[in-house]
Amino acid sequence: MHYLTSKEVQSLELKANQIRQSIIEMLVAAGSGHTAGPLGMADIFSLLYFKVMQHDPKNPLWSERDRLVLSNGHICPVLYATLAHAGYFPLEELVTLRKFGSRLQGHPHRTALPGIETSSGPLGSGLSQAIGMALAERIDNPYSSKYVYCITGDGELNEGQVWEAALLAGKEKLHNLIVIVDRNGIQIDGYTKDVMPLEPLAEKFEAFNFDVQEVDGHNIRAVNDAIGKAQAVYGQPSLIIAHTIASKGVDVFERDFRWHGNPPGKGPEDRVPKDKQAEVALAKLRTLAGLIAKEDIS
Amino acid sequence: MLAKHLDKKYDTPEMDKQPSRNGYGEGLVEAAKRDTRIVALAADLTESTRTLPFAEAFPDRFVQVGITEQSMASVASGMAAMGKVPFIASYAMFSPGRNWEQIRTTIAYNQSNVKIIGAHAGVSVGPDGATHQAIEDIALMRVIPNMVVIAPADVHEARKATLAAAKYEGPVYIRVGRSNTPIVTTAESPFEIGKAVVMYERTEALSADVAIVVTGTLLFNALKAAQALEARGIGTTVLHMPTVKPLDTEALLRVAREYKGMVTVEEHQRVGGLGGAVAEYLSEVHPTKIRRVGVDDVFGQSGEPDELVEHYGMGVEGIVRAAELVQG
Repeated sequence: MHYLTSKEVQSLELKANQIRQSIIEMLVAAGSGHTAGPLGMADIFSLLYFKVMQHDPKNPLWSERDRLVLSNGHICPVLYATLAHAGYFPLEELVTLRKFGSRLQGHPHRTALPGIETSSGPLGSGLSQAIGMALAERIDNPYSSKYVYCITGDGELNEGQVWEAALLAGKEKLHNLIVIVDRNGIQIDGYTKDVMPLEPLAEKFEAFNFDVQEVDGHNIRAVNDAIGKAQAVYGQPSLIIAHTIASKGVDVFERDFRWHGNPPGKGPEDRVPKDKQAEVALAKLRTLAGLIAKEDIS
Repeated sequence: MLAKHLDKKYDTPEMDKQPSRNGYGEGLVEAAKRDTRIVALAADLTESTRTLPFAEAFPDRFVQVGITEQSMASVASGMAAMGKVPFIASYAMFSPGRNWEQIRTTIAYNQSNVKIIGAHAGVSVGPDGATHQAIEDIALMRVIPNMVVIAPADVHEARKATLAAAKYEGPVYIRVGRSNTPIVTTAESPFEIGKAVVMYERTEALSADVAIVVTGTLLFNALKAAQALEARGIGTTVLHMPTVKPLDTEALLRVAREYKGMVTVEEHQRVGGLGGAVAEYLSEVHPTKIRRVGVDDVFGQSGEPDELVEHYGMGVEGIVRAAELVQG
């Protein structure tokens, strides 16, 4: 387990804030795309790519790297922004999101952009792919210390394929597999509890022989501790239910399922008019960055 | 005149028969001995897809995923991303029937080096009936970019296709059959991905009337039909196209230019398979009169393999009738 100093936490929070600002800028430039999921997962992506994962932006295909499978491909703005901030490709390229000829496809394409481990978008297939990676690694090296991280949405767990895969992960006792569920409680049509209730979610995965933890997905230290524990689990796959707030960081967008698939400028107007949405979001994030930077970490 | 590379016991009482799926089983073990990257996955159909010899020989490289065809396709994609060469086998009705989107996105769009084996293809599955008779799989796989589609004629060719797929870098679909199929080719006869082979050459004294273009296990029927046609004075050639995609356009164009008409033959729906591919290509470059032999927009039913093939018009007489219509 990697201990985080207060300074490291602060630095990761600031990085998450930059990622969130990039997400807003990308979505505004694109004029379409998903807002709620990417903003909600920025803290976890910051932690994974700037602390937890073994990877090399200058050598994306480094054979010793940990792998991250983004199963809910529609939240790719957070992955793209994180990869750019980590140095996989120039930050300026972020605003080409969803444009003709761009490497930043509307949903990730493995062969288009460095750092993308698999194409995704159609929901439910990422866990299977992550299992395939973990199995292959174990065949080659039973004592491997490489991990496969799989990010899934909660709405995505409606897909039957997820449960097919969960059976196999439990059967194969894949302790090199760590699944992180973005439990933000929303999906396109509404709140997950209304569209298709998932609870008791932890018990469901425990019944499939996963080691399950629940954390506050915005508490970077708590998520780091949970990942550390997941890495230490033997003989079982791990799953972390990360409770997140949809659109986290921009309070006037938060918790509203209507921000699932709309960019700033095209979202619901009850809290901010459309023409002010981008500006307000960036201003709020900059204010937040100032507050984080001022935190007393002595 | 039958091609010289055919089995000498062709159409004799001693002619051997075997299910083409056996060739997958043999080829897989053979390829896996040479290439340690090869892994195999099965979805509770290990024996009947002939994955069992591999599973017994290489237990550490075999993954039993249970009855989860959708997940199996994506698990294989993940293994390929780590440098493995996965072979996934189920019945064609379930893979690629049930897991088409997973194959499209996680295998083909990812350019994953996964080989998909669709066993029990065609109506010749027999008594299991329509639910288990995949007669749409060539169409399903053919429309996906990056996908190679192969329908071997018999056990030898299925073995060779498996070996070739193992060496080929990229996704490949191979359909094989359940029932005993006449062994027409030999262990030595030529096979190359993307290459058609002339299996019957026209008697020189006859005019160039009909070219029969065939894929898969109906090759025997196509050859018998050619012999029957020539006995009636209709000059015929048989072009065997085990690879439906990429289409051997050169060979196709050659026979289209030489012959007055063409008949395509496959144990598949008449739309979307080999006949579709041939018609699409020739209509653009060399419009040709074509009749497509295959299942005519209906589902199969229970019965014995041979009687079903006859019933749906894919028997020797069905091919002869189509040839007479196209050249008349």
